[in-house]
Amino acid sequence: MIEFQLDETSGVATYLQLVQQVHQALRLGMLEPGDRLPTAQQVVAKLAINPNTVHKAYRELEREGLVRARPGLGTFVTRSPSGTDPATQARFLAAMTDWLRSARTAGLGPDDIEAIYRTAFRNCFAEGVA
Amino acid sequence: MSAVIETRGLGRQYRRTWALRDCTLAIPEGRVVGLVGPNGAGKTTLLRLAAGLLAPTCGTISVLGEEPAAGPAQLARVGFVAQDTPVYARMPVSDHLRLGAWLNPAWDDEMARRRIGQLGLDQRQRAGSLSGGERAQLTLTLALAKRPELLILDEPVASLDPLARREFLRGLMEAVAEDGTSVVLSSHLVADLERVCDYLVVLVASRVRVAGEVSALLASHHRLSGPRRDPGALPAGQEVIEESHTDKQTILLVRTDEPIHDPSWTVRPVSMEDLVLAYMSRARDDRTRRLEVVS
Repeated sequence: MIEFQLDETSGVATYLQLVQQVHQALRLGMLEPGDRLPTAQQVVAKLAINPNTVHKAYRELEREGLVRARPGLGTFVTRSPSGTDPATQARFLAAMTDWLRSARTAGLGPDDIEAIYRTAFRNCFAEGVA
Repeated sequence: MSAVIETRGLGRQYRRTWALRDCTLAIPEGRVVGLVGPNGAGKTTLLRLAAGLLAPTCGTISVLGEEPAAGPAQLARVGFVAQDTPVYARMPVSDHLRLGAWLNPAWDDEMARRRIGQLGLDQRQRAGSLSGGERAQLTLTLALAKRPELLILDEPVASLDPLARREFLRGLMEAVAEDGTSVVLSSHLVADLERVCDYLVVLVASRVRVAGEVSALLASHHRLSGPRRDPGALPAGQEVIEESHTDKQTILLVRTDEPIHDPSWTVRPVSMEDLVLAYMSRARDDRTRRLEVVS
């Protein structure tokens, strides 16, 4: 069973944080098909958040086809996200790491790098280039 | 979906002062509503009107489809915890539970005793000697054990330390998860409500400034920053809630349902706190302007 955490300074909506944490747990193999997610009651007892937020996150995951709610039993993982294969991910992680190292060597600080990344990310997805 | 609280042009006047005016709201059921505003904004007045402890001066209010406090049946459906979570100081915890059982037809004694046990409260202890957090939990237990469809809480966590605050909200949210109870709670601190509310009502200087689903409000408000410009030149449909300028830069908080296309703006999402503060300062500025016109 995974345990959710909240980052209140991230500016990311609470339900989205829960969704992202499930994605990440799936990618890292901490959650596998057949595993049960914590019940809304359990999440609420841990985080003191609105149960509707948990329901909303689980509905979103269900819509993505990653989990299925089984009435009276709980919400279960049905499959891992159909992300790119691990080799491709590793290749891009390595390329990104190289890029970051060269940016640092060129004298760019974390803020510069983040601004560049955000701009590039936004341009890329806004124009539909990706 | 039916409304748990519906008001139309609701107002309440104390002598010559309006504590609340022109209040029109339709709060859907199953929500946890945060009623936010500075002290003296009219929050307590609105909650007391909803609980039937006050009568409106004008306009109408219906709670769970009926007039507030229309009769015993309506009263049984609504739980109300007043400001500062009042208890009978000289009465032990156990007598509070007996009183609750005696006064409320649908009293869930098993649940009340279980909750008191989980909180580790000694039933023989006098309520007056409980800590602030324990007293708040006792009043929450009394309100929950009457199994209300709507629970109204006036500044329930204002006087609690951060840990007791978290414990209280956790208890409240567990009850919501269990029964789907609708909740309205007020606070002058947004941070208290950020985690728990999915519906927001901002009340400043006796008027509702903004109300709606938190997710919809956050999706339709944006912080724009960019080179200095006149906010009057924004496209139609972008309402400026807050603006600040330096000689080079303009920062706006705008409300719009359309995407923002202008590439010279850097667009950032807003938090619930940003949003509340923007509406509060706008209300203050309106007031200052009105006073200037009068003088």
